[in-house]
Amino acid sequence: MDLLGFIIILVKVLVVFAATMLTVLVMIYLERRVSAFMQGRLGPNRVGPQGLLQPIADGIKFMMKEDIVPAGADKPIFILAPAILLIPALMTFAVIPFGSDITLFGRQIPLQVADVNVGILYVLALTSIGVYGIVLAGWSSNSKYSLLGGLRSSAQLISYELAMGLAVVSIILLSGSLKLNDIVADQQGYLFSWNVFKQPLAFIIFLVAVYAETNRLPFDLSEAEQELVGGYHTEYSSIKFAMFFMAEYANMITAAALTVTLFFGGWDFPLVDESSLGILGTVLSVCSFILKMGFFLFLFIWVRWTFPRFRYDQLMKLGWKVMLPLALFNIFITAGYLTVRALV
Amino acid sequence: MPLSLLFYFAALIAVGSAILVVLNRNAVYSAIFLVLCFFSLAMIYLLLEAYFLAVLEIFIYAGAIMVLFLFVVMLLNLGREKALPHFMKFQRALSLMLVILFFFGVSLIMVVGSGELHQPTIKFSSGSVYALGEALFTKFLLPFEVASLLLLVALIGTVYLAKRKI
Repeated sequence: MDLLGFIIILVKVLVVFAATMLTVLVMIYLERRVSAFMQGRLGPNRVGPQGLLQPIADGIKFMMKEDIVPAGADKPIFILAPAILLIPALMTFAVIPFGSDITLFGRQIPLQVADVNVGILYVLALTSIGVYGIVLAGWSSNSKYSLLGGLRSSAQLISYELAMGLAVVSIILLSGSLKLNDIVADQQGYLFSWNVFKQPLAFIIFLVAVYAETNRLPFDLSEAEQELVGGYHTEYSSIKFAMFFMAEYANMITAAALTVTLFFGGWDFPLVDESSLGILGTVLSVCSFILKMGFFLFLFIWVRWTFPRFRYDQLMKLGWKVMLPLALFNIFITAGYLTVRALV
Repeated sequence: MPLSLLFYFAALIAVGSAILVVLNRNAVYSAIFLVLCFFSLAMIYLLLEAYFLAVLEIFIYAGAIMVLFLFVVMLLNLGREKALPHFMKFQRALSLMLVILFFFGVSLIMVVGSGELHQPTIKFSSGSVYALGEALFTKFLLPFEVASLLLLVALIGTVYLAKRKI
């Protein structure tokens, strides 16, 4: 690998990392602000104009707080758990293409950190690693609330991972590739070539599963305040608690980006051929990607303040008895359609 | 050169974590080191350009199976130190003998018949997923179906054991 190529990759890594962290800050601000508006309040509006500096003030506060490791906790694992959760959350965005190719310094640069051969599986594998962070945090805290929260959450993650993976399988069947680039390229053209119109059932299953995977309402049983205090992060304080917080938001960002990539054409702006417009096309594609992603991030907040929480048995019933059979049915129909189309 | 350095790094972690799995008295730590071992194996698969296999290793073994193991270990709630008794001297001697036997067997094969080690029949590279799928549904169709039947039987057995009334 030459030096320029190495620098380009380094820049891309830094930009994606910085953008993710910045979006985390924006999301924390918006979560409080939007929820306030939905409840007829004002929300934080004192730090900076319109309270925009509030997340930074929160961050400083987190770092200054005393870091407590409870007595009887398993210290090495207690310290390791937030990192195990946060690192995969930040790694997942690497394979998501966020714009059409750009030509700089006489070479074509894909706007994607790594074009991995098994792209979508890489994302699913990393999501399944995040479970360890939650389980171990719950166990090592040596507290009943934490353990219950951790167990609940991981059972939930495992159950919904299946439905999510199977919903993705029908998309893979359509595009014939595991590469996210190919999946985006497959949806180019007019509006109705987006996968959401070809696979509406898969989209609904995926969206519901995503809310369960990110531990968001209506599926946030792992941190149900009324029953479990704070769930798996009850005993955590200071920057370790902030790491759990950041991981949750980073997971939401990746989930929104993945929804856009799989079902809404990725960076595709309908009816426009981005590659023929040069640098303008790239800007347009990145803007379109950010806009779509922003909508799904907003949807997270919107849903949170709209739906009540599920009961635990309802959650499991929905996952195993509704979502899983529906996803299998969808794969069956999709595969059947593709077989018939190949024969005709 | 850096690639072989990476291999030694991964191999060192794999062997080291595997030893720690056995030596640890605390079952939760053993489980965590086993996950680490799976990760280093996945890294070795990556170095062999078997991307699909590497991701599956993490996805299935580290992501699904070991989480369930960890679940069971936590729910059994073994104490920290009293975890396992220390009296199985006969087993220790037997396992030591078996390890030495295995080690000599492997080194014998490596020294004497190095050319006869089986090479992978599927070329793992750009189209590894296609190649794997094609091999599974043509050449290895019968073993594939037998394996799925076995899994189905196991599944039914689990439901039968877990459910009190059917």
